[in-house]
Amino acid sequence: MSRVITVAITGMNALPESPGPGLAVARCLREQYGDRVRIIGLGYDALDPGLYLSEFCDASHLIAYPLHGSEVLLERLSLIHQADPIDVLIPCLDAELPLMVLLAPRLSAIGIRTFLPTAEQLTRRAKDQLPELCELAEVHCPELRALTHPNFFHTCHNEGWHYPMVVKGVFYDAKVVYNAEEATTAFYKVAAEWGLPVLAQRFVAGEEYNLTAVGDGAGKLLGEVMMKKRALTSKGKAWAGISTLDENLSAAAGRLVAALNWRGPLEVEVMRDAQGEYHLIEINPRFPAWIYLSQGVGRNLPALLLELALGHPVHEFPTSVAGTFFVRYALETIVPLSTFEHLMMAGTLDFNK
Amino acid sequence: MNGQAVEFPKQALLTRLALSDSGFVFDPVTGNSFTVNTSGLSILRLLQKTEDWTDIIATLQAEFEVSYSVAERDVLEFATALRSAFK
Repeated sequence: MSRVITVAITGMNALPESPGPGLAVARCLREQYGDRVRIIGLGYDALDPGLYLSEFCDASHLIAYPLHGSEVLLERLSLIHQADPIDVLIPCLDAELPLMVLLAPRLSAIGIRTFLPTAEQLTRRAKDQLPELCELAEVHCPELRALTHPNFFHTCHNEGWHYPMVVKGVFYDAKVVYNAEEATTAFYKVAAEWGLPVLAQRFVAGEEYNLTAVGDGAGKLLGEVMMKKRALTSKGKAWAGISTLDENLSAAAGRLVAALNWRGPLEVEVMRDAQGEYHLIEINPRFPAWIYLSQGVGRNLPALLLELALGHPVHEFPTSVAGTFFVRYALETIVPLSTFEHLMMAGTLDFNK
Repeated sequence: MNGQAVEFPKQALLTRLALSDSGFVFDPVTGNSFTVNTSGLSILRLLQKTEDWTDIIATLQAEFEVSYSVAERDVLEFATALRSAFK
């Protein structure tokens, strides 16, 4: 890149049990481009830790929660853009993706580029749409049921469903339940947090694997990186993991991306059963929080996404490396009260001023 | 062994394993890792080249200067442990 590119990144929340991907995306870009990239952290809460980390963010801004709607979000982004022009926006949270996809043409019109899926692509990879997608892509997928009432959990055996099964929210959250009582409790908890429907999914015994990559929008999977979690947080997120390499998983993800013509980053979550078959659990429409592993294996995917968003030609990555291990840690950063106050009251920080 | 074949995991699975001199073993497909002792490491290295257990026992006898029955017992025990590790 011949000039400094300004990239705005969301998902700067970083609670250890379930961190957002934004900070890891910023870290990847900083390591790839150094001072040739200006990074703007966008957060929904003044306690999002990434907003205070000046080694990764040059500036930080608070934005409106998605529930306030697209017009409020566009207005806020436009204001930030006027004061601090943004070249590329990388949204990193599932819940904001529908709004960002809706706004992409209008963001483009004011000069903010994105590299996102279409609304149709986003819908076709939604959790409750996966069986149809998997049939097209010839990928195994456990049966799903969209529920608006927990009665199903008491009568499910009549329909051939047995415990354990998985109760999931449309956007986040998944709990393995072993009886109707546990399932009902999980149903209400998920419904209260993420709304209806709540999804019931057949349980697949096996080991979980994750793959992240970028879809080029023309059916091609770019830069896939695979990982097995080696230690989990209380929310089931990776606290440690190791890169893996399996052509079968790569091929399955390639078929899914081709079936969707996926454009943008994604994370494919699968279970590998005792026979080595992969079963699709979810497709997340953004980079995962463990995306820094992509830099670790020589496939900096946020940098690839940035080049695609800028319309630059992209180069082939070297072969991915199995056996690159990562482990997370939590640490404190000291923040002057005046900085916290400024973010709270003005909704913005600029570490270069 | 009375003519019974020793059942090891499939050779395709064993040949993909990364073996370190320290005894650390890593499976690049599954991301799983485990450790083996010196004789286990020797058996794994042999298994990556041959499926003939008589060759393996003979090589172990020579390498560790043990009797046929001791080498045979080690191979049998290790085969059981390997099958368990790759279940």
